Amino acid sequence: MNITVCIKQVPDTSEVRINPETNTLIRDGVPSIINPYDLHALEAALSIKDATGANVSVLTMGPPQADSALKEAVAMGADDAYLLTDRAFAGSDTWATANTLATAIRKIGFDLILCGKQAIDGDTAQVGPGIAEFLSIPHIAYVSKIDTITEECVRVHRLMDDGYDVVESSTPLLMTIVKELNSPRLPSLKGKIRAKKAEIKKISNSDIEIKENDTGLPGSPTQVKNIFAPESKKDRKTIEGPPPDQVSQLVDILRSLKCI
Amino acid sequence: MNIRVDKDVCTGCETCVTSCPYDSIIMEDGFAFINEYCQLCRACLSICPEGAIKEEGSGAGTSSESVDLDRYRGVLIFAEQRKGTLSHVSMELLGAGRRLANKLNTTLHAALLGADNNEAEELVRWGADKVFLCNDSLVRDFNDEPYTDLLSRIIDSNKPEIVLAGATAIGRSFLPRVAVRLRAGLTADCTSLEIEEGTRNLMQVRPAFGGNIMATIVCPDRRPQMATVRPRVMKKGEYDKNRKGEIVDIPLQAKTFKTSVIENIGDVSECGPGLQEAEIIVAGGRGMGGPKGYAMLKELSEAINGTVGASRAAVDEGWIPYSQQVGQTGKTVCPKIYIACGISGAVQHLVGMQSSDMIIAINKNPDAPIFNISNYGIVGDIHEIVPLLIRRIEEERSRK
Repeated sequence: MNITVCIKQVPDTSEVRINPETNTLIRDGVPSIINPYDLHALEAALSIKDATGANVSVLTMGPPQADSALKEAVAMGADDAYLLTDRAFAGSDTWATANTLATAIRKIGFDLILCGKQAIDGDTAQVGPGIAEFLSIPHIAYVSKIDTITEECVRVHRLMDDGYDVVESSTPLLMTIVKELNSPRLPSLKGKIRAKKAEIKKISNSDIEIKENDTGLPGSPTQVKNIFAPESKKDRKTIEGPPPDQVSQLVDILRSLKCI
Repeated sequence: MNIRVDKDVCTGCETCVTSCPYDSIIMEDGFAFINEYCQLCRACLSICPEGAIKEEGSGAGTSSESVDLDRYRGVLIFAEQRKGTLSHVSMELLGAGRRLANKLNTTLHAALLGADNNEAEELVRWGADKVFLCNDSLVRDFNDEPYTDLLSRIIDSNKPEIVLAGATAIGRSFLPRVAVRLRAGLTADCTSLEIEEGTRNLMQVRPAFGGNIMATIVCPDRRPQMATVRPRVMKKGEYDKNRKGEIVDIPLQAKTFKTSVIENIGDVSECGPGLQEAEIIVAGGRGMGGPKGYAMLKELSEAINGTVGASRAAVDEGWIPYSQQVGQTGKTVCPKIYIACGISGAVQHLVGMQSSDMIIAINKNPDAPIFNISNYGIVGDIHEIVPLLIRRIEEERSRK
């Protein structure tokens, strides 16, 4: 079985801030990490590899320096690593990104594609299902448990807002993974040594030949008009006094909010 | 459009390098260079002290096969149901959709899959002029394949200019497929929707970078403009029990699918209604001290008809199930009232709840970051405050 895992290198968003005066991002010293959900997707692929001997490829679309994310994935146990990088892909929104990744995946070959449920910089969760649509294969989003997996079909739990669904699907298939599924392993020493020597295969648009209007900015229906800081709470109040007084004030507030 | 560095003006000061959220500005031969990772977020434009970073060319989606925007009119919402009952978000979408339709002087339609006529009529009373209904029992359970087929067909034959769905597990799973199939723009998780003055463009505001930044997204050159909308953000439509509308039956074409739902398992936790639907959330953190603290929060949440939530610390300790986790690796919530008990307020937690209407925090540490985003802060021991609060609420109740 060939498993392709899509990963993304993202800034650690918990440290990204906006300067409310200039409306610009402040990210001095913000480290780049593998999107945390993608690590769960990679772990899922590696566990299947441990059980069945599948071949695991990792794929990322990004700038040349995203190869460090791929090396980390190889250190964890991925067999092949592909970096999809070209100026033609610049400015891709989720539609164009899904198209570009799908085109590359078609070239790499696949039985199973795994993605994290979303990337923590954009939080859209749109690229995974989008790839599946471009490849005309089914997908299951928010997979929290894998019951069975064979060459022909899978049976998994899909997290819903009101519980979970047990879902079956034929392969080839794309799944997006939530953190409940597993705990990602750490790279082994052997893996780290392997990663150092590992060849990162670069894919540019001359390899996959996507039309100019189907990737990058020209292929993106949406665009960012502007960015701004979220509103801050202006009416901050501290409730003082001994606990019984504090609770009395709190009860008044809850009453005014029609909670009681 | 393109953002590039004018080498004649760039002094190589590197100020812009750290301003880029995507690490796309690198130094090359002593000049700043914007590589292919650029997402055109414009964050760098105003940062350059020399004004060397420039925006060029026209907007996105200027594909050669241009779309006749005027062929698209009307607002369509995807009305979600679970087990045959409409989800809250459906009524909220009708509220948002009606406001946009009025502004555009057009109609409001709804698509409803897997429910019956009664629910379709309910959508009319909540504001839909027309409902496209597929009442086939095969689509009662959510299944991406037929949902994508049906909604794509409805959109294709009716050509709405705007399509809205809930940013729920269902909406976020299959709307991306519909958008890909129709080559339409889709914006995830919107918290505000307005029409741009002078055009019919939808300005879609959404949080990015874990809620630390808001972005306005537009889709100027393609239709429909599609968006998923966060539950509990938009106001419900106005209910009129005498409202009349048209119900159009949409048959299911293919009857076999590659994926199938075997069974639905409801939330087994006793934490109250689903977190994302909850109007009131009582959340606990490490400060709860153990499972007993959880029992106390449950009692409080029951007293005020809320749902129990948790920080990652409390979930990792095993005190509260993961289904209740709020934050970056849990759920994003925006209830009317969020009561944070013994939660210090790590950024990873704050990004999951900071858009709540009203935040009340109780924490021993007066310097806890949670107080910075709270409307009301109580410095105190939750083991003292919460039991007292429960007692006072019960007294209040018995007096009525």
